[in-house]
Amino acid sequence: MHPIRKKRLTIVLFLLVGVSVAVALTTYALRQNINLFYDPSQIAAGEAPVDVRIRAGGMVEEGSVQRDPESLKVEFKVTDFTSSVLVEYTGILPDLFAEGQGVVAMGRMDGNGRFVADQVLAKHDENYMPPEVNEALEKAAGKRAAMPGATGESSAGY
Amino acid sequence: MWQIFHKLGSPKWFFGIASTLMPWLLVAGAALLMTGIVWGLVFAPQDYLQGNSYRIIFIHVPSAFLAQSVYIMMAVAALVTLVWRMKLADVFVTAVAPVGAVLTFLALFTGAVWGKPTWGTWWIWDARLTSMLILLFLYFGVMALGAAISDEKSSARAVAVLVLVGVVNIPIIKYSVEWWNTLHQPATFKLTEKPSMPAEMWVPLLLSVLGLYLIFGWLACLRMQTHILAREGRTRWVKELVQARGN
Repeated sequence: MHPIRKKRLTIVLFLLVGVSVAVALTTYALRQNINLFYDPSQIAAGEAPVDVRIRAGGMVEEGSVQRDPESLKVEFKVTDFTSSVLVEYTGILPDLFAEGQGVVAMGRMDGNGRFVADQVLAKHDENYMPPEVNEALEKAAGKRAAMPGATGESSAGY
Repeated sequence: MWQIFHKLGSPKWFFGIASTLMPWLLVAGAALLMTGIVWGLVFAPQDYLQGNSYRIIFIHVPSAFLAQSVYIMMAVAALVTLVWRMKLADVFVTAVAPVGAVLTFLALFTGAVWGKPTWGTWWIWDARLTSMLILLFLYFGVMALGAAISDEKSSARAVAVLVLVGVVNIPIIKYSVEWWNTLHQPATFKLTEKPSMPAEMWVPLLLSVLGLYLIFGWLACLRMQTHILAREGRTRWVKELVQARGN
């Protein structure tokens, strides 16, 4: 390669490395702000500020959704399978909201470890499948759950 | 090898190659894209959770994919402009920047339309959405900077530097969903693993992505030819070409 071109190439590479380092440091410094939400573990560990509007995200725990029959008030637990946080919300939930689905709730922590949300968004995962496949999967899972004796016995028997 | 590389830089040579390539790119691209989109929108099965609204993926993913690929191609061309001072590389950057901007806008727009029923909001300032918006502004910046400087050579260099600086945004878009907590889900298509959707969904998606690549190739050739004619208007070969077409 021509020496002038080699020199230009080096300058361009230096430019790229410099910009990358600058951006990496900036995003690293701002990572708390770039993270859209706090995990339940972070909240349990006290990393999330109290009485400041924050977002909490995770899975809606199975069997934790309790609806108030008189109003639109809902209570559910959001979990990341290590810790969970109780969320209280009054309003209409998105269509995709269900137990076992991801959500991101916006609101603030009250002093007693409850998260009072004023907005709940559903978080979709990267998995897509036709309804028949899902039914088949659920049926298979249901069968396994319905026969705990079978698996229990075999493990106990050995 | 350098010989071919330098020959590639000749606008006249490229003009001829582009003319022969374009019909093939258009026919193959349109066929693939139409198959992919019709298959995806009409014949692919519903999603178990989202029903029909997931079908916007057949427009959203190809345009988001291309929006980022086009920027990477522009960055390679910018490197060539800065190091080898090849005119054709700058022609490529100025010709495809508006195409990239349209694709980015399409990705953001379809994402918002899908986000409203699925997430419950049109827009959220999460890392993926924000970095994609920055990409749109980068495209606008490249277009504006190119148009603002009238001298061809200094405009080419300034644009190339901007494009190269902006390329750091691409890995941020790609990995934003892994580095940070975002509302946007991680990629369904991965290079190393099999996609997290059944074949009757990902095959049409793959077809429309490939089709859009070819259509982009066609559009890039077309726009580059126009730019070459405008820039090389004074040269003999362009005058001869115009005369030959005129008769």
